[in-house]
This record gives sequence, structure tokens and C-alpha cells, in this order.
Amino acid sequence: MAEAHPVGFQYVVEAKNRGAKIIHVDPRFTRTSALADEFVAVRAGADIAFLGGVINYILSNEKDFREYVVAYTNASMLVSEEFQDTEDLDGLFSGYDTELNVYDQTSWQYAGQRAEGQEEDEAHADRETASGLEQESHGPPIPADVPRDLTLRDPRCVYQILKRHYARYTPEVVEQVCGVPQDAFLSVCEAWTSNSGRERTTALVYSVGWTQHSVGVQYIRTGAIIQLLLGNMGRPGGGVMALRGHASIQGSTDIPTLFNLLPGYLPMPHHQQHETFRDWVDAIRNPEQKGFWANAEAYAVSLLKAYWGDAATEDNDWGYGWLPRLTGDHGTYQQVLDMIDGKIKGYFLLGQNPAVGSAHGKAQRLGMANLDWLVVRDLFMIESATFWKDGPEVATGEIIPAECRTEVFFMPAASHAEKEGTFTQTQRMLQWREKAVDPPGDCRSELWFFYHLGRRLRERLAGSTLDRDQGLLNLTWDYPLHGDEPSGEDVLREINGYTTADRELVPGFASLKADGSTACGCWIYSGVFKDGVNQAARRKPGREQDWVAREWGWAWPADRRTLYNRASADPEGRPWSERKKYVWWDPDKGEWTGYDVPDFEKNKPPSYRPPEGATGVAAISGDDAFIMQGDGKGWLYAPSGLIDGPLPTHYEPVESAVANPLYGQQANPTRKRYDRADNPMNPSQSAVYPYVFSTSRLTEHHTAGGMSRQLAYLSELQPEMFVEVSPQLAAERGLEHLGWATIVTARAAIEARVMVTDRLRPLRIDGRVVHQLWLPYHWGNEGLVTGDSANDLIGITLDPNVLIQESKVGTCDIRPGRRPTGPALIAFVNDYRKRADGSQ
Amino acid sequence: MGVRTWIEGWPVYRQLTGTDPLGRGAASQSARSKNLTARTETADSMARSVCPYCAVGCGQRIFVKDGEVVQIEGDPDSPISKGRLCPKGSASKSLVTSDRRQKKVLYRRPYGTDWEELDLETAMDMIADRVLAAREETWEDRDEDGRPLNRTLGISSLGGATLDNEENYLIKKLFTAMGAIQIENQARI
Amino acid sequence: MGANSLYGPLDPAPDAGYVDAPPRMGFFTDTSVCIGCKACEVACKEWNGVPDDGFNLLGHSYDNTGGLSANSWRAVAFIEQPAVVPAGPVDALAEAAAGRSDALAEAGCGGAGTTREPEFLGMPGTDLPGRTPDAPRTDFRWLMMSNVCKHCTHAGCLDVCPTGALFRTEFGTVVVQEDVCNGCGYCIPACPYGVIDQRKDDGRAWKCTLCYDRIGDGLTPACAQACPTQSIQYGELDELRARAAERVEKLKDQGARLYGHDPDDGVGGDGAFFLLLDEPEVYGLPPDPIVATRDLPAMWKRAGLAGLAMAAAVAVSFLGGRR
Repeated sequence: MAEAHPVGFQYVVEAKNRGAKIIHVDPRFTRTSALADEFVAVRAGADIAFLGGVINYILSNEKDFREYVVAYTNASMLVSEEFQDTEDLDGLFSGYDTELNVYDQTSWQYAGQRAEGQEEDEAHADRETASGLEQESHGPPIPADVPRDLTLRDPRCVYQILKRHYARYTPEVVEQVCGVPQDAFLSVCEAWTSNSGRERTTALVYSVGWTQHSVGVQYIRTGAIIQLLLGNMGRPGGGVMALRGHASIQGSTDIPTLFNLLPGYLPMPHHQQHETFRDWVDAIRNPEQKGFWANAEAYAVSLLKAYWGDAATEDNDWGYGWLPRLTGDHGTYQQVLDMIDGKIKGYFLLGQNPAVGSAHGKAQRLGMANLDWLVVRDLFMIESATFWKDGPEVATGEIIPAECRTEVFFMPAASHAEKEGTFTQTQRMLQWREKAVDPPGDCRSELWFFYHLGRRLRERLAGSTLDRDQGLLNLTWDYPLHGDEPSGEDVLREINGYTTADRELVPGFASLKADGSTACGCWIYSGVFKDGVNQAARRKPGREQDWVAREWGWAWPADRRTLYNRASADPEGRPWSERKKYVWWDPDKGEWTGYDVPDFEKNKPPSYRPPEGATGVAAISGDDAFIMQGDGKGWLYAPSGLIDGPLPTHYEPVESAVANPLYGQQANPTRKRYDRADNPMNPSQSAVYPYVFSTSRLTEHHTAGGMSRQLAYLSELQPEMFVEVSPQLAAERGLEHLGWATIVTARAAIEARVMVTDRLRPLRIDGRVVHQLWLPYHWGNEGLVTGDSANDLIGITLDPNVLIQESKVGTCDIRPGRRPTGPALIAFVNDYRKRADGSQ
Repeated sequence: MGVRTWIEGWPVYRQLTGTDPLGRGAASQSARSKNLTARTETADSMARSVCPYCAVGCGQRIFVKDGEVVQIEGDPDSPISKGRLCPKGSASKSLVTSDRRQKKVLYRRPYGTDWEELDLETAMDMIADRVLAAREETWEDRDEDGRPLNRTLGISSLGGATLDNEENYLIKKLFTAMGAIQIENQARI
Repeated sequence: MGANSLYGPLDPAPDAGYVDAPPRMGFFTDTSVCIGCKACEVACKEWNGVPDDGFNLLGHSYDNTGGLSANSWRAVAFIEQPAVVPAGPVDALAEAAAGRSDALAEAGCGGAGTTREPEFLGMPGTDLPGRTPDAPRTDFRWLMMSNVCKHCTHAGCLDVCPTGALFRTEFGTVVVQEDVCNGCGYCIPACPYGVIDQRKDDGRAWKCTLCYDRIGDGLTPACAQACPTQSIQYGELDELRARAAERVEKLKDQGARLYGHDPDDGVGGDGAFFLLLDEPEVYGLPPDPIVATRDLPAMWKRAGLAGLAMAAAVAVSFLGGRR
């Protein structure tokens, strides 16, 4: 956190100064560790084993916050008799299909649940379309009423299943798998549990390297399970905080530039699952379910009205027919492989530099070299715009400029100072930016570029009667121009939503209708223009407000700063403790009140119990704190919605130095793989690639370097690509401090300067020594400071739930000296690969 | 400037007649030093902005003089950042005002070995033509069972995590309406 | 002008002729919360237009600035202190019994039964960490400190400047006036900390101004404003000293000590002082800096006496000649 989010780290320092204990768990000692009270070195890729150990500690010592767990989690729910755990099946859950490598999830459901699918075919389609991502704001389908055992003793209840599942994650096993000494591990457990409960809360902070694993989603779920068991969710000072790495990466998921989503986590229609408008809407709202997703039809219709205005009518299903359909995996890695295969004509890069920033750099560059055209919009000349000119493959002869057909347009972009608009930061807060100056020269905003591109496309197609052109021609694209671009505020108003009759701005998503009388570009952002005021532009100084600072910016949904904050009060609506009061029920006024906007219906009392047969919002009980979940509860166990299992289970990384000490199943069986000759993976436990490596950021640089290696003041602070190794590994491999080293995987060999440091240390894993090395991934061949790119080392294997690549752990070899150049480099890498394959 | 003022401007005169006989302080202060003022105080305008690097969302104040950004620093009003910035945020002025920024459209023709300059409007027209051509060439109306597809897989896009919500909204809206689904960003990486 | 204005405690601004001077302003750099992010370095350069200092990987942990210079007015030092090297209480006792009492003393300072190496030497170790009591890795420390001009009460650079380019401001800080400096370089060796430096291209001397232009307008210096964790604190020196005293008390079991806060030290106390977690030398700071001009009055006195003696001798010789 101190490394990549230094300003956020001020709160950690402040907490420490007030007596909080800071624990840092990481493969290497970083600037965060330097200020932590305890640093725990862990093997990269072993996090579920570590956190599973914490769960085991909590359950076997009964350290859970029992009242919270019973009231607000699904601990008491009974699970189907059919369910079999990894304990029973050596690392697999029941329902595994060995052909498709997916699960039939029917047996994972709650007891008595109607068997409604998530069968293999559907699970396969869900994996292909990363449907897990839709659950950013809601739970997957689940019936409202489930049998429960509030004593938590029934062997089929979630609590007991959890206990059995994690029973083998003992301190001894944690030590064996993670390399963490038992006393260090137990010290973490004791600190975490003793600092949680009524009076105290513990925050879990992760950086999004956690998502970059073949079990990334399950890493985060393991953290969430602990925080639920200890009663740390929805409460001040608690929670699971994701430190996201880009100014509006949260915004670009909420209003997605993602293939499988529409704004507000509505799914892009799938050709099979969502053939008709009704199929689509019912798949989102799950008619029998509890919670606010029951109103999904209003959100969906309002989006279509925002897109197509008057042309969207009830008769044409609000223009649903104009939406394109998914047939499978259309994610960025599939696209790149399709580029290599010549299936894709044109590619837009919008402030993104995949030649350096994405896994398997060579595949990225070879893909771009096989396009008809490429449009790069950026502030500076980046590697993804010059792969044809001086990229690594030009040096090896794999790309010959005079034979590379890709037509490249470099369109200079406006900077953040040269345009107005909102970023959504990592806590879901939108902050409006004022424009300071006009962009120079040909530099233009994306708003300008896409407005004028759209205008041109529509002008060229004007008069077309082809079906396929009607979506474009009917699109509402009549934005008033200010100068020569639309105003960001006008677009934000459309996002907020308005009544179609008189274009009055709506106050929030509760006002959206399914009858076409409202339009709304992103339902979860509805309210950002409440009362006609740009709420994201609010700037009341923090020092003039209480610590929640609600009058600064605007957070979705409905300006709530802490999600699920109903859980900060007990089931009767009273604060769990005076120290930790946040939102509570005021019986005199008959409403929820507190420091934050209550994440609950304002006037629904804690005693409310839904009438039989109720669905949707009416089915949310007065103590259902997790109002977006289908059963109103925080999920310790996920009865559906996850491709790789209802409970996080330790699997080894795809490329691992060791055999899975816990189960016969080595790696995540459902991971998304691309078995192709141009995407080779290192064999596991290969003596040819004996070392574990991880990558991450340096404080001084930003991602692929396009915004930092171009600036002298940042370049001078970290001027060269380097690799960190322990003194022991340096001795073993003859590496000299500040000398050169070559790092090799099945994909690539890169060179880096050597930093010998005690901040890296070998670990004892399952009885043997495992060396880890670490690389920053900021370098490429353009900019003031250049160097080889760490992401070239990484192959493409994805998490099955969200299709994010495993790029935070792999295996490699390291040897002293610089790498070969030219065609010899290819031969060098191939030789390694042959030796590795030969030794299998 | 009268002779008297001129003489009074002499450090030695001030040293001999003033309170600083050793000439190490008040007497040595040059006219420039005396008149120094922070350029944030003399700026024509100040925009309230947000740092473009990570997702903490630190407040920034962008000071402008004569149409140029002269300083970007932390906004002390922000309850998130309290006026503080990391090294990257602190380098924002360099980011915006750098000479290394590309300010012209550049074009690399197929099989070309170097960049050429291109007029912005021409480039926009060419891109629009190529989008339509790629779309036409790769259009899919229906799947093999006759269900609607209504799409093109011939066009891809990657980016958006450093763009504004309003920009991403228009990108998704336009691409969706033209049937392009392969829109991705850093959130998948 | 006091008799001691070249040495000893005093308030420098009134001493330099400012009537009704504002309170003395300074920096308190609390290294115990420094995260080594280098925001201070960048914020300083952006505000003051300081050129880059070259793109060189130095291998001194994460310090690629290499200390203060004309082109780096803030510089973050990184010190990796490897874990306590096992010596074992028995060994220490044996050594002590054999008459080497320093073994025990060292053991005490590094924790029971251990000795500590002051600096990482890049030497490969052979021990394998794990649950062995003789490899307690948890004591590894990574110290970071943002160094800066000390704005001494008695500033050697200022005292030797022949042009009046270096001057004491009304805030008690020491500033080079770029419009006056002629690049003579006398100030360079006069700084007991090695802070002030000449720029190669223009020859003039440059260093931290404590953002003289900003503080004059009531603003915080760029580095202190940017600092994410308030490791760099700017304010009235008296208040900073009080705050520092509290802080050092709180952290004393971590080896905290103040550096440059003492008006009785060799430079009359610093306007920019530090809380350190180890000896100053570990951070590359001189343990006992003394202003080069401290002995000037005495030297003048001696020179005067010598002059008188010589005059007397001459007189004597004349007298003698007459004899």
C-alpha cells in the first residue's frame, strides 16, 4: 500500500500512531513492510492456504463474532445433501465434468433449492463470458427462503461445512505450504481475532495483484469469509478494501468498457441465454429472489431508453434487438490470440499499452502486427504504437517493418487537466474534475474523439435501411456542443437519468421505471445529478465536516460511503457498541439514521418480517443486512455463481515450484486455458525453471510506464529495469549486485540489473528451499528510461470467474549476464523450452 | 528611480546604516528576493481536479497563468488526500506540460518504415472509413440456429481505466450500437 | 549583534537585522513514518524548476538520487539493515568472561544475545530462514530518511559568502539568491553537511530555499505539503521542537533520537532537524557537525594578538636596532 498508494497509506500511519497494529503479508519486504509492526514473508501463490489457516483458527477456537455470523451471514443455511467437498474428492467439489473442466453446480445449492441450472453447459458459458463480474454489485440467483439451523450444529449447515473444509489448514500446513513459521502465523491470527468483535474492527486491505491469479476471485473471497466471520463487514474500520491502480478503473467497470457488461453490471446479452428481451431481464432480476435486483427491468429499460430514446418502444422491446450478442469468450486475451490468427481487422488503444502492460508481451505485439489498422490514443509515444518500428520482435526478426501491414494512427490525447469529467476512485466515489486549459495541438479528449467518430459513422450510413445500421442511426447522439465537443455534464446528466416526457433529472434509481417513462445511462450512478446539482463536484473541505465527509464528491449507490452499513448495527438496530456506531435505527422517528446514508430502506424497522411468498425488496427482512444478495446474507459459502467452487481451496499456481501439499488436484481445475504453441506454459515443478517470480509496481512508476518513464523527475528516481534476489540466490547463481542477469520462461528471456537484497528471502516449502525473485513491470523500449518488460515473461492462463490472467506468480530461471540478442534470443528461449519438455 | 532610492538599494549602504551590520540578512536581500511571490498566488485561475494516476483519487489544484499550467499541487480541502500527493501525483505538471508529449497526429502507412504527419480531420475520416469497412466485412446477423447476433468481431478496443466515466459511457454506447462487442480495459488485466 | 553570533544558541533572523521578524520556521523530518516514496523530491523539483540529476542506477537500495546536490534539494536515503546476526548469549558471556566486555554491550544494544551489523554489505548469507531460533529474521529494518538543507542557526555557507548571495531570511532560513550568486564556490566547503553544491552548467550554488517564495505567502513548502505521511512537517521551529520531543519520547524504545534540534550543538541547532532511528552516520549524516566559522572570532583574536605580537616584535627589533 505504501508502494503503490502512498497517499492512502497516510491513514495506516495515522492508525498506527493511535495504537493500531499493522501486519503486512507479502512475498517480499516492501516500503509497506518497513512501517508495519509485523512483516510475514509468504510464498507467492499460497494466499488461500494462509487465509484458510486463519479461518481454521477462527472456527476451531470459536473466535467468530457469533451474533453477527448467525444474523448476517449464511452460516446457518443448510446445503444440499448432494454436496461433496474437496475433503471427500481430493481437491475437487461434486459435479466436476472432466471433459469441459467445469462443474455442474446443482449439488452446491442450498437444501430444498429448486434445481435450476448452473449445469455444465451453462457453467461453461458463464466462464466464457466472465459472468462472475456481474456480481460486482449483486449476488447470483438464489431463492428467498432456505432452511436454517440457528444453532449452527447441523452437519449440513454452512458453518459446519466451512469448519470441515478448512480443518486441514492447520498452522503446520500453513508453514509447509506458505513457508510462514507457525509462531508468526499464530501471531497474525491472534492479532486479527482479538481486534475484531463488538468494540473493535480490523480492516483487510489488498492490492489488485490478488486478482491476477488463476484463483484470484477465491483469494478475495477467502478474505471476505474471514471478515464476515469476525463481523468486520459493513462496519467502520472494517471491510475488505481493494486498492485499485488506475484513476477510474472502478468507473470503467461500473460504466464498463468490458465485453460482457453494460452499464451498472447489466450483462451483455448472450445469444443462447438471452435470446429475447424477457430472457435477458428475467436472468438479471430472478423473479423469485430477494433484494434490489428485483427491479432490474426498470434499470434495463431505462438504459435502452437512454441509448435509443424515442426509437425504443415497448413494441420493439425497447430496442433490445439492436444489442449485439456474445457467443463466448471475447476478452482481451482471446482478442489478441484472434489477432494473431488474423480474425480481427482493427484495434483501438485508449490510454492503454498492452505491449508492456498485458501478459505475454510477444503475443500482444505479434497480434498488433497482424491487423489492418490500429488507432492508438495516448499522451506520449508508447511501445504499443511503435512495435513495428523498434519493438523487441524487430530485433529478433519476427517483425520486419517493410513486411508488416498494420496501418497505425497515433491520435494525441488530452490530459486530465484539459478536459472535464468524473473519475470514480477506489471507494466508488465519483469526483468531478474541472477543465484547466485547452488541449494543445491535435490533442483531443475521448469525448471529442468518440462523439465525432459516431457523428461520421452516422452521416455515412444516413438513409441506410439495413437492419444492422438501425442501432447506430437511431442512437441518441444529439449532444449539444460546447466549442466542438459535448459537455461532460450533459453526458453525466444522461448517466444520472431523466424522465422521458419532460427531461427532468431523476433523484435516484428508485425512481426508474420499466414503462419507458425514464431513461438512465447507468442505474447505480443515478442520483449523481440529484436536484439538478452535479453531486460529484461537491467540494466542502474535509476539515469542515465529520470524518465520513459526505459533502465531498458522490459515491454509488445513493451516496453510501460504506456498503452494507446496516451490519454496523445489531439485528435490533442498535449500534454494536458506542465506539463503533455508524448507522442505527431511531425508533422514535421510525427511521434508520447515522453518519452515513443507511444502506437499507429508510423506514423499514429491524423487526420487519416479510409476508409469505414475498419477493424482491419486500422480501428483505429487517435484519437482512446484505440487501443485494438473493438471500439477504453475507456469503461464507457460495451456493452458486462461482465457476471454481463454493469455497476457496488452495490450488497451486499453474506454474509452481512444488506439488500441491494439500490435495491431489494440483492447480485450479476450471482455470481458463489457451493451449496453443504460441502460449507455452512452464511445466510445474520443473528443474529447468526452478525459481518462483512475482512482479509488481514501484512507487516511482506507473503501470506500463507511459505516464512515468516519459517524465524526467520520475525516471531519475528509478532509472533501470532490475531484478531483486536474495543473497542466497545470488550466491547459488553467481549473480552480482548491480551486474546483469537474464530471466527466462517458456515465453521469453529478459535482462535486468541485479539488486541483491535481504528484502527477498528463501522459504522452506514442504521440506525444501524455494527461492523467490521479484521484478517491477514498468519498463519497455520507449521513453526516457528503457528496459526489458517483465510481462514478456508471463503466459496466458486466466481466472475462470472473471478472465483475469495469472501474472503475479510464475516460475523461471535466472542466470548471470545479459541475454542474447537477435535471432539467438529465440534459440535461447527455445532451448530452455526443449530441455523443460524433455525432462517431463 | 531617484538617486536616493538607488543608493538605498545598495546592500552596503543598507549594511552600514541598517540593523544588519554583518550584511547577512536584511541588508543582503536582493530586490528579486524581496518581491518573490508564489506563482500560485499570481495565477489567473485555479481548477479543482483529481490526480490521474492511481485510484486513491487525490485532490489536485491546477494553477493556470496566461493559458499555461504553472503548478499542480495537492488540494488541502480533499478529505481523501488532505493536500498530499505521491511522487507521481507530484509530477503531474510535468505530465501535462512535457515537451515529450505528442501533439500532432502521426500516421504509419501499411509496410511503412517511419511516421508521417496527418491532418486531424483527415485522420478522423480515414478511421471512420476503416471502422465501417471492418464492420461490413465481418458482420454477423444470426448464429447457425437463426438466433440474432447482430455484431462484428472484426473490431477490438482496449482502454478506459484512465478515462472519464462520461467518455467510457460514449465509447460503450457507440460501440454497442454499431455491434462491436470486443471492448475491454485494464479492469480485465 | 551579540558577541556569540557566529556560535551558540540564538534566534538568527533578529540577529540578521530583521526588526519584528516572524517566528523562525523550519522542518521537522520524522523518519519513523517515512515511506521512502520520494514525493518530496519530485514536489520540490516541480515547484522550484530544479533540473533532473541524471538517470543512474546506484544500487544503494532504492536511492538513485545519491544525496543532496545542486540538482536534488531533497534526497531520500534508504538503509537496509539485515536481521540481527546470531551471536548467542552464551558466546557473548564467554567473551565477557574472557575480558571482552564490549561483546555484552553490543549484545545489549542489538537485543538479547545478538550483535548488529550497521549496514547491508551485499554479502551473500548462507542461513536458511525458518523456525530456527538462531535466524530471527523479523528484525530486518529498512530505514528511510528525506534529507534536506539544515538551515543552520550558524550557517557556514552564509558566513563565507563574499557576495551576499546567501542570506538569512526573516524566517530564519538560509537562501541563495540566484540573481546575486556569482559562482565563486566558497560556500561549498563551508557547509558541515555537504549540502550546498554548484550546478555544472551555470556554476552557481543551489540548495533548498525552504520554498522562500511560498512561505512568504503563508504557504507550506512544496515537499512538506506533498509528503503523504507527514514525515516532513513544516512550521514554527519552537512548536516543531516541542512536537519532536513528544515523539521521541514515544518512540524511545525503538532507538529514536533527535538530530539537529539542539541549539547548543556545533551549528547552533538546525532549522531543519530530524528524528532518526539509528546513529546519524547510518543515514550518512555527520555525527557532530561544526560550523566552519565557529572559531572565527577566536581566530581573529589570535590573529589580532599575533599581529600585536608581531608589531611588538618589530618595535622591539627597531628598538633593539637602535641599541
